[in-house]
Amino acid sequence: MSERAKSMLNHRLFWPVAVLVVMLVANTVYRPGFLSIEVNNGHLYGTPIDILRLSAPLILVALGMTLVISTGGIDLSVGSTCAISGAIACLYISRAPDQNNLVTVFTALAMALGVALALGAWNGVLVSVIGIQPIIATLILMVAGRGLAQLVTEGQIITINSGPFRAIGLGHFLTLPLAIFIALGAALLIAGLTRRTALGMIVESVGGNREASRLAGIRSARIVFLVYVVSAACAAIAGFMMTANVSSADGNNTGLWVELDAILAVVIGGTSLAGGRFYLSGTILGALIIQTLTTTVYAMNISPQTALLFKAVVVIAVCLIQAPAFRAKFSRRGRGTPPPPTPSPQRQKEEVPA
Amino acid sequence: MTDSRPVLTMTGISKSFPGVRALHNVDFRLFPGEVHALMGENGAGKSTLIKVLTGVYGIDAGTITLSGEQVAFSGPMQASAAGVSTVYQEVNLCPNLSVAENIFIGREPRRFGAVHWGEVRRRARQLLARLDLDIDVTAPVASYSLAVQQMVAIARAIDVQAQVLILDEPTSSLDAGEVAQLFRIMRQLRDEGIAILFVTHFLDQVYGIADRITVLRNGTLVGEYPTAELPQLALVEKMIGKELDVLEGIEEHSRRDLAALEDGTPFVEVSQLSRKGAVAPFSLTIHAGEVVGLAGLLGSGRTEVARLFFGADRADRGEVAVSGKPAGLRNPVQAIERGIGFCSENRRAEGIIPDLSVRENMILAMQASRGWLRPIPRRRQDELVEQYIKALSIRPANPDVPVRNLSGGNQQKVLLARWLITEPRLLILDEPTRGIDVGAKAEIQKLVAQLSDGGMAVLFISAELEEVLRLSHKVAVMRDREMVAQLSNDDTVDADRVMQTIASGTPREEATR
Repeated sequence: MSERAKSMLNHRLFWPVAVLVVMLVANTVYRPGFLSIEVNNGHLYGTPIDILRLSAPLILVALGMTLVISTGGIDLSVGSTCAISGAIACLYISRAPDQNNLVTVFTALAMALGVALALGAWNGVLVSVIGIQPIIATLILMVAGRGLAQLVTEGQIITINSGPFRAIGLGHFLTLPLAIFIALGAALLIAGLTRRTALGMIVESVGGNREASRLAGIRSARIVFLVYVVSAACAAIAGFMMTANVSSADGNNTGLWVELDAILAVVIGGTSLAGGRFYLSGTILGALIIQTLTTTVYAMNISPQTALLFKAVVVIAVCLIQAPAFRAKFSRRGRGTPPPPTPSPQRQKEEVPA
Repeated sequence: MTDSRPVLTMTGISKSFPGVRALHNVDFRLFPGEVHALMGENGAGKSTLIKVLTGVYGIDAGTITLSGEQVAFSGPMQASAAGVSTVYQEVNLCPNLSVAENIFIGREPRRFGAVHWGEVRRRARQLLARLDLDIDVTAPVASYSLAVQQMVAIARAIDVQAQVLILDEPTSSLDAGEVAQLFRIMRQLRDEGIAILFVTHFLDQVYGIADRITVLRNGTLVGEYPTAELPQLALVEKMIGKELDVLEGIEEHSRRDLAALEDGTPFVEVSQLSRKGAVAPFSLTIHAGEVVGLAGLLGSGRTEVARLFFGADRADRGEVAVSGKPAGLRNPVQAIERGIGFCSENRRAEGIIPDLSVRENMILAMQASRGWLRPIPRRRQDELVEQYIKALSIRPANPDVPVRNLSGGNQQKVLLARWLITEPRLLILDEPTRGIDVGAKAEIQKLVAQLSDGGMAVLFISAELEEVLRLSHKVAVMRDREMVAQLSNDDTVDADRVMQTIASGTPREEATR
């Protein structure tokens, strides 16, 4: 194998990209029109565009989750935060005299975002100041947040009819869905904030060894607090998209289980759940893989009963392919090496160059 | 003894990790019925060689032959089944299980499919009797001393008809009597024909027991020698690969007059500083260019004093003044702002960030004090890092490898570099030379001497009295969480006197203050 091919194979994004490509190819074989894109009314339409548009909320949530996981934490409350922020925005707009008024919509978004930031700060205080384990601290809001969202909507589904709000989910800009640009913008903003400054390294340092970071003069608690706030802000914007897609807020179902997909996207992207190094581009790929998988399930007409199982099998395969230990085992066997527990001296002599 | 055929032969072994060449073309032989010492500095490749042998790592090139047959173990279990057993430095037993359970865990004798407990206990007693150890095999391992635990680990290792017994720094936590007991057992096993591979940092132990010595340096083989033909000095030279003047040079480190130093302005003055449960009120003044040594036994409060100076812990009461101005020192950030740096004794837990690269670990403290909004330009980072890799001869000299791939001594140097980059005015070094080899130790001592000559104040903590006395202008003695004396390090002070002070709690004759 040439050096170049080897270094490509060892690149941490190689396997996520390969999985995505394989999925797209499989879809195209199954349904030749899968990759086709048409222009209609000055907008681009087609399955690839749909995948991008639908993955936008997940990308947003997963970006925030990446930073949280990098500090060694986890944020289970993002789904609830999506629901609460969506509900608050819809509630405000539904009560306004003119739902299409831009000022109204922006006020609604600002209010909802403000509440989400407060929720993130709550998580941040629980984890960084009080020192509760992240999984428990955010579980509180995950459960209580659904109730909070129900309180906001008074148990009803709030339906609105607001053009500007709807545009967040379904609008177009430069022929492409606006949601793609929002997700891309958030990604660039977070990438710029972390990689153009020293913030990324400091977050990784806190995740790698919190006490050592404190003794090196990093205000570790502040950094931990900050990532939960960022995560909540990302979740809020994702919540706007989710509710805008359907022009209604449902306290029970908006963003349900999105935290699990987001964690999965982060892990597929190569960030360790133990904290430390984080990879934003990997996370985005992970989110695209998950959305492509969901779309594939629908496109292949897999019955809803087996859809989840199908998804699970693919996810297990993706995770195994990414695990170096598994690949090493697989490729060794592929070369005809005897399995380890039965070392016959003769065969080993063949393979170890003297 | 060594005229028979070797039981184990390793030929042309090479092994690399990303960015690090751990072993390069190393040969190693082990004869039945010998104790063979494997020597080398930290990072020389001793542990890697053992791990390659026992199948923890695969090899990139080379062959391993055991009793005439070529082998490649897939892991320690398989290696021990084939007769190669290892006892590691840190005792690898389950403390809450009984002695007998620990010996037979994973290979319990069975009857009708169930564990035959009677047999387990009987055979455990038998095995320990072979080692002259008469203890209750049903008691939990944790109830015995470290030495006994080490013996239990050895009993476990030799039960499997071992031909080769690897002892990886078995003595580092044992006292002299326990070492003697271990050596007696090693000799007994050797006489039974077992080949023992012995790794240690203690030179006298090598000369006390080893028949032959193999020396590694930087992942390559230096040579194999009969112990009788290799004088101690020659061994050290072969290990560190340079003349010993490094160590001797430090002895000549000019001890400038303490009086002259104390005429200068004090850098830090603390008075009646204390923290409940950690350290009783103490007062100490450190001047620019002064090395203050902290001596005392483990647990005497040395580290606690250092942590108060750095704000790692908060003092309950007392005053601190830095450069004559009152200062809070309530957290590390405040201490760093005032020019104080702190290398913790606990490298792993409180020092390195294992995932981050050597470069990132080095610039961390400087970056933290600048704030995240002002990243250090990449070019400046590269300059600084290259400068310190060279100055401290950090190996491998590659700034981009994760710091966890470095050996202990090199990690320590990276931490030193982290603080030196911040150009501190007071550097607190808590056991900077613990667990690292002679060469790195000498380099670090030399560095401390140089820094103080350059005007930096140093608070130096070490369990080794000689090291403290060699470097310090003033020695503060700790006992039972109390600072009992401050001795000016002149001709009247030697290790005996410091030890007496530690023992009696009062300085004999005149203390400096």
